[in-house]
Amino acid sequence: MSPPNNGAALALENITVTFAARSDGAPPYTAVRDTTLVIGRGEFVSVVGPTGCGKSTLLNVAAGLLTPSGGRVLVFGGNLSGLNRCAGYLFQADALLPWLSALDNVALGLVYRGTPRPEAHERAREWLARVGLSGHGHRYPHQLSGGMKKRVALAQTLIMDPQILLMDEPFSALDIQTRQLMENELLDLWSADRKSVIFITHDLEEAISLSDRVVVLSAGPATHPIGEYPIDLPRPRDVAEIRLTPRFVELHRDIWHTMKDEVMKGYVQSQKA
Amino acid sequence: MKPNANNLWLYQILLLVAVFVAWHVLTATEILPPFFFGKPLTVLEKTWEWFASGKIYMHLGITLVETALAFIIGTALGLGIGLWLALSPLWSALLDPYIKAMNSMPRVILAPIFAVWFGLGILSKVALGVTLVFFIVFFNVYQGVKEVSPVVLNNARMLGASSRQLLRTVYLPSATSWVFSSLHTSVGMAFVGAVVGEYLGSAAGVGYLILQAESVFDINTVFAGILVLTAFALALDGLVTFAEKRLLVWRPAQGETEPL
Ligand SMILES: Nc1ncnc2c1ncn2[C@@H]1O[C@H](COP(=O)(O)OP(=O)(O)O)[C@@H](O)[C@H]1O
Ligand SMILES: [Mg+2]
Repeated sequence: MSPPNNGAALALENITVTFAARSDGAPPYTAVRDTTLVIGRGEFVSVVGPTGCGKSTLLNVAAGLLTPSGGRVLVFGGNLSGLNRCAGYLFQADALLPWLSALDNVALGLVYRGTPRPEAHERAREWLARVGLSGHGHRYPHQLSGGMKKRVALAQTLIMDPQILLMDEPFSALDIQTRQLMENELLDLWSADRKSVIFITHDLEEAISLSDRVVVLSAGPATHPIGEYPIDLPRPRDVAEIRLTPRFVELHRDIWHTMKDEVMKGYVQSQKA
Repeated sequence: MKPNANNLWLYQILLLVAVFVAWHVLTATEILPPFFFGKPLTVLEKTWEWFASGKIYMHLGITLVETALAFIIGTALGLGIGLWLALSPLWSALLDPYIKAMNSMPRVILAPIFAVWFGLGILSKVALGVTLVFFIVFFNVYQGVKEVSPVVLNNARMLGASSRQLLRTVYLPSATSWVFSSLHTSVGMAFVGAVVGEYLGSAAGVGYLILQAESVFDINTVFAGILVLTAFALALDGLVTFAEKRLLVWRPAQGETEPL
């Protein structure tokens, strides 16, 4: 089945991830089983699923940080081995380097790449301005609010101009206003050059309002996709306003119908654990 | 007037004066035998004499040079070897029992060996100080590397860091922050190494002055030496606090606010 995916930006084919048994005698745990997920060029795909179902695991596989137990990853048609150099990764947890100022954090990738420091700083300043943080470059991560840290992280990832963007629940820790602001900013930035995006979230409304396509995952263990929904809402979108349109409500109802049972299953499982 | 944050220093000085007065009264009335407990006025006089005659400066200088060298060499070795072992699981597994053994050994007993190897000059004191400082720094660096958040590490890797760049921008800063948090202890240990080394056999240094005075039962001079050492230990500690504030700006301090 490889030829059809050659045109895709990223293809996860029949991915299975089994975590080895831990020393405390727990049996091996299969987080993801036989999952296929294809992201077209310039496509914005959201992946939703209950907490603990294996979303981050799947993204780590796509990033090349985790080698799957089975299946393969294609990046622009080529087999992925090692880190995915075409991808930028916005992590779920705080990932800024705490000992670097916001400016140095944003410039970091360029410096790694060998860009002279003055030039890297100049471009980092531009990116800080673009995420609405000009004048905050001298601050250290602990001096920034949660929302500001996410913006710095976004600038840190986007300054590298990756062709593929992997985002792991980037806004889930933010309050609702900040979150909608950031979602709109993200759509603005994305529409400028249409990167291929996998956006992980457990929030269905967020998924629908941002994406071209929503993939629903089953509850763990042995997570796999149980539904795929093209989102035919017009762009450009305003994430707050689009939620009020009849088409949005209709899509939400359809997808939620599939998800509901899985969320319940996930809840029951987390109660057992 | 009750002690509060503003006048606390006043009470702290009063407490010091009270201790000296009590010491004076107890030894002057011979409730405590002055032969064993000394006389505070004589102790202060001796101390004054040292500084006035300039006799102490050479000895203090030597003790401080030993401290500084022990601190610098011990920290550099601890940092280097700590980073190396923390990043090579095979070597760290191999050396683990030996490191544990060396750390639990009372290392002051190495002093006679160092005296034989390096003579009675400053080298043997530096060597003793290094063994004391090394392990503190080593364990902190080791910890610092192990405690690097895997997310931060993965982030740096995804941003394209080579393993050298990872070492420089992730492991080293994390390790140095742990080294700094142990700076007070390690500077103190360097000082202990120097003084104990001198006390066990030397030809110069404040520890040597104390040793000499002790051999002729001049208890007042012993106390004077202790007084000088304490004052300099406090000064060193202040210096460390200053350096810490300068170098660890990125670390959150509790209840930190921006001055207007
Ligand atoms: N390194 C690991 N070793 C063992 N189990 C893991 C590991 N990483 C994740 N898991 C398990 O895999 C499942 C999926 O985790 P994750 O992908 O983080 O879920 P989420 O969908 O919330 O992002 C969880 O049950 C988690 O406990
Ligand atoms: Mg997750």
